[in-house]
Amino acid sequence: MHETSISREPSISCLEGLGLPGGQFSDENLGKSYSTLAERKASYSKIIPSLEEAVTLSGLRDGMTVSFHHHFRNGDYIVNLVMDKLAEMGFKNLTLAASSLSDCHAPLIRHIQSGVIRRIETSGLRGSLADAISNGLMETPVVFRSHGGRARAIESGELPIDVAFLGAPSCDPYGNANGYSRDVDGGVMCGSMGYAKCDAQHAARTIILTNHIVQYPNAPFGIPSTDVDYIVEVPNIGDPAGIMSGATRFTKNPKELTIAESAANVIAASGVFEDGFSIQMGSGGASLAVARFLREKMLAKGITASFALGGITGSIVDLHEEGLVKKILDVQSFDLRAAESLKNNRFHQQISASYYASPADPGCAVNLLDAVVLSALEVDTNFDVNVLTGSDGVIRGAIGGHPDTAYGAALAIVVCPLVRGRIPCVVEKVNTVVTPGKTVDVIVTDYGIAVNPRRYKLRRRLMDAGIAVSTIEELQQKAQRIVGIPAPIAYRDTVVGVVTYRDGSVMDLIRQVRD
Amino acid sequence: MKRLRRTMLFVPGNNPGMIKDAGIYAQDAIMFDLEDSVSLAEKDAARFLVYEALMTMDYGDKELVVRINDPSARGGREDLEAIVRTRRAVIRLPKTETAEDVLLCEKEIARIEGECGIEEGSTPMMAAIESAAGVLNAREIAFSSKRLTGIALGAEDYVTDLKTNRSPGGIELLFGRSMILLAARAAGIDAIDTVYSDVNNEEGFRAEVELIHQLGFDGKSIINPRQIKTVHEIYTPSEKEIAKAQAVMEAIEEARRKGSGVISLNGKMVDRPIVLRAQRVLALARAAGVLREEAENDA
Repeated sequence: MHETSISREPSISCLEGLGLPGGQFSDENLGKSYSTLAERKASYSKIIPSLEEAVTLSGLRDGMTVSFHHHFRNGDYIVNLVMDKLAEMGFKNLTLAASSLSDCHAPLIRHIQSGVIRRIETSGLRGSLADAISNGLMETPVVFRSHGGRARAIESGELPIDVAFLGAPSCDPYGNANGYSRDVDGGVMCGSMGYAKCDAQHAARTIILTNHIVQYPNAPFGIPSTDVDYIVEVPNIGDPAGIMSGATRFTKNPKELTIAESAANVIAASGVFEDGFSIQMGSGGASLAVARFLREKMLAKGITASFALGGITGSIVDLHEEGLVKKILDVQSFDLRAAESLKNNRFHQQISASYYASPADPGCAVNLLDAVVLSALEVDTNFDVNVLTGSDGVIRGAIGGHPDTAYGAALAIVVCPLVRGRIPCVVEKVNTVVTPGKTVDVIVTDYGIAVNPRRYKLRRRLMDAGIAVSTIEELQQKAQRIVGIPAPIAYRDTVVGVVTYRDGSVMDLIRQVRD
Repeated sequence: MKRLRRTMLFVPGNNPGMIKDAGIYAQDAIMFDLEDSVSLAEKDAARFLVYEALMTMDYGDKELVVRINDPSARGGREDLEAIVRTRRAVIRLPKTETAEDVLLCEKEIARIEGECGIEEGSTPMMAAIESAAGVLNAREIAFSSKRLTGIALGAEDYVTDLKTNRSPGGIELLFGRSMILLAARAAGIDAIDTVYSDVNNEEGFRAEVELIHQLGFDGKSIINPRQIKTVHEIYTPSEKEIAKAQAVMEAIEEARRKGSGVISLNGKMVDRPIVLRAQRVLALARAAGVLREEAENDA
């Protein structure tokens, strides 16, 4: 036999450590199956009868880290379902690392109080959970990470995930999971699974929770079966109404339209608006409307964009289908139209959070952006941006990809009304610094535009194009003249949140609010 | 330089949010309304709000106009007492039917000016004509006061008075519009067209603005900032018109340099109407931002 002859060749140094034939696939131990696909599917799959059994199989222990994605936004059932189960099974001191949390996650409050959850990592918090945390619910402060910062932390081992619990609108018996279904629709659709992809890839164990088991292979897939250990079928994974709005409507608010038109004018005059440019726009009314104004300008100039990135909305899909945006890179589908496009359009590509924005990869997609349009709760005269805490100091937002895209894009535009009701949005100092001003290039408000002094050439360009440019101080003063100076927020010393930058360094601290 | 009045945005006097933001758009004039858009119960509050806004807010170089209530009644007189004192607004008289209506309002304004030491005659007025009688008296109204900067058509009341309603083509308004336009032109003041209420019908709005632009109106009252762009687009002169106007102005300059009393361009004499038209074309072009360089040089 040739086996014997190979073992007699000690002079072949590279054989060391390769093992010799006769192991797992030896003649006696071959294990090759002669079953047909249909027979094999009947005899083996990764589907586990219950969540409890899957948890037990995963080896989860007290003090470990569990992770979740937020593609189901405010319609998510997975986080509450799993945490209720883990509480029932008696787990304690867990770290909950979600890509983000919403209003619907208020039931976590009792799991924090009972010690099931000791620590939270997230991009954002909203609703009564956010209120409770701002009022001192947790002993350990929440760690806030951007989408890119979270991907980097997971990949680098800074945020090791023990078990990922990932909801999926479709999954085959071997774990190929996706945010939509090519077969019969399972009733829930979230489009891209971008944030979940990182977790599935790097978690020690990955459990897919799905309401819709489909035929193998569930291709194309967002999460490959190679990243999945167990699958649990559950009746409901989320509320479609909370997961996404049907179609994002084009705003009719004249103020938002004014801001959007100004932002589009800035992009057109900035120097990046050339054939093959790349762009990302947010989901707020004004950011969405920018797409409409840019469309007119693209048609007039006869140019197209090479790609649109990010959270994708129907308005980006419209541009794509019209041929004005060649390709879409989609880490998160904001509306049904975007999700359907991901399913149907060949050049609408699903990407992971890491591909999107991890600072560990110099070629991450945000670094290839020409322009990004971002919204803000408030900005200050240092161009620092807050998207996390409200005017009362309470957490009410999410970092998202804000610092990632602001850093990566050649032109980072922040759109924001000068005042909201009686609250100034251009201030001397923001409550919480999320995106550092040195990465923000232009602030566009309904009352005027300010350019970061670092970008003096850009300022000149805009002025040459006839765009009126104010200083940020002038905008701040304008806001102050209209609404006056708000009383300072009363905080306690206790830190309730740590805002990290993309590299994991501490950007700011959020303190407990005084009642 | 004569003021442009392409767009006059209606802002309800009882809406603080809209009053606060009225200055951020590109319209030429803001008209704060104390009359029909404010219910009786809110008249006093609206008057106070508009007074404070005029005294404190920065609306840049936009023309500010306040539509007052009937000045022959107490509410309208109180409006005048407040608004004239701000020295910042044009008084818009509603439902003007006769020259006497204008004179009565003017008398009140003059009294208030005298009482608070404001230069007499410094408060401008405009009159809205909203009835059959008003249209028939348009000429007398237009000539009634030196304070008048323009007259405007208020079509909603007018068509009711005519016992008809507004149609897409606006045939029912043709006589009223023409009458008001001719009266304004004869008196050398501006003619402002009525509002178009169906904000979501962009096509209909565009057609109406094209019509009144062709008729010769100086501009249009608008009820939503979204309507501004369309009006300004239609009132923006074409490149050809601008080039021609510039040639006229250069010919004037050339004649001045030569000390010649006769201005000629391409062998044709340039007379006063041609000069006026050229000036208006260039003013519109500057306002539309299509003649920026020259505007800067002029400044």
